[in-house]
Amino acid sequence: MTRLARLIIFLLAGGVVAVAFVLATLDLPHFGSDHHPYRDLSVPAAVQHHTANVVSAVNFDQRAIDTFGEESILIASVVGAVALLRPSREETERRVPDLGRALESTRLIGYVLLPITLVLGIDVVAHGGTTPGGGFQGGVVLATGLHLLYVVGSYPALGRLRPLVPFEIADSAGAAGFAVIGLIGLGSTGAFLGNFLPFGQLGQILSTGTVQVLSGVVGVEVVGGMVVLLSSFFEQEIAVRPEDG
Amino acid sequence: MTALVAVTLTVVALAGTAVVLADAPERQAVTLAVFGVTLVVLFVVLQAPDVALSELGIGTAIVPLMVMLTIRTVWKDKQQRERREQAPSDEDT
Amino acid sequence: MAVYAYLVAGYLILVGCYGIIRSRHLVHAVVCLSVAQAGTYVLLMAVGYQAGGASAPVFGSTTEPNKHVVDPVVQAMALTDIVVSATVTALLLALAIQINKRQGTVDPDELAALKG
Repeated sequence: MTRLARLIIFLLAGGVVAVAFVLATLDLPHFGSDHHPYRDLSVPAAVQHHTANVVSAVNFDQRAIDTFGEESILIASVVGAVALLRPSREETERRVPDLGRALESTRLIGYVLLPITLVLGIDVVAHGGTTPGGGFQGGVVLATGLHLLYVVGSYPALGRLRPLVPFEIADSAGAAGFAVIGLIGLGSTGAFLGNFLPFGQLGQILSTGTVQVLSGVVGVEVVGGMVVLLSSFFEQEIAVRPEDG
Repeated sequence: MTALVAVTLTVVALAGTAVVLADAPERQAVTLAVFGVTLVVLFVVLQAPDVALSELGIGTAIVPLMVMLTIRTVWKDKQQRERREQAPSDEDT
Repeated sequence: MAVYAYLVAGYLILVGCYGIIRSRHLVHAVVCLSVAQAGTYVLLMAVGYQAGGASAPVFGSTTEPNKHVVDPVVQAMALTDIVVSATVTALLLALAIQINKRQGTVDPDELAALKG
């Protein structure tokens, strides 16, 4: 199909979709309206389970089965991408020489920011039930923070700080941990992923029951997944070369 | 709807258009990061700090990094292929 | 003007699809897919927004639990989706790298159809 034919078909179909979309939005409750039945139901339920961050309560308590599906997608995509990027038989991995240094000021800022970012990431994960945050966001902050070492140092330095096997184990352990906690919930409360730990006072870290534990488990999984994923991309770009001769 | 929300929505739409119209993927990586930042501002204005945190880490750091690494890998492979095609005598020995 | 937010979301989705079909580089197509996904997040957040001084759905020492907050359910959906779609984007980029190795090109128009 030529490019022109594709463009014409898209303009026709896109036009129909746009008209239908505009007609549909005219029937929606207008932007900023008061009509939110889900909110009226979920906020009292979260407060009843002593969870201050209602979004985390929805993710890990009320609709935890959806999060189970999402984190399964995460680990499946990571496994697929790593399998696709593995060096094939015709390629070798060369040893990367320790080249080049960043500016001294950049390295200083990086070395100072690295522990701060790691602590910030752990804080975001730990306070997931009480302040904005949670396993997903904190895991991303942690994974990005680890790669500060690549910006300020070199690729072999990153390899020393980030041995791959513990992160692969973390990825799988996180995914398995989610399922295990769900099964324990099934055993004790009769519902898969039911909230079975004791509740505390609203606003304390350990007040939310399984929300905190599930958030931590997801954080571990996201860190492992992102680091493994980024390392495959780095390997492809830096180290993998086709065998010559 | 306040003026702040309207202006932020317009900026997001303009940034999205810029990402799509940038033809070279190298330019798109940076534009995508800027688009991520405008989305973060929009989510904060719409009272969604959790979503803003998520988008900040992913849209400004991880996805542009992967895009840039992919672009460089593709470019290096192309260069090596062209170099091997220009020196066919080495392959026969 | 009450539907402006929904229209911006629909515009982002359509402009992302336009970018995919006009793309000459597979990585460019993947980035345009990210733009279309961002359009769906804007739509979700626009559905959940409440005007009139509603705050974020997080309670603390300054906000007593009340019902004058924006919708938390759509925020939960959008937040997990953002992280997971990053890994799916990674999968697509890995596919692009392998296609470049096997076929020698990343131009969608030059990629040969499924050969035997």
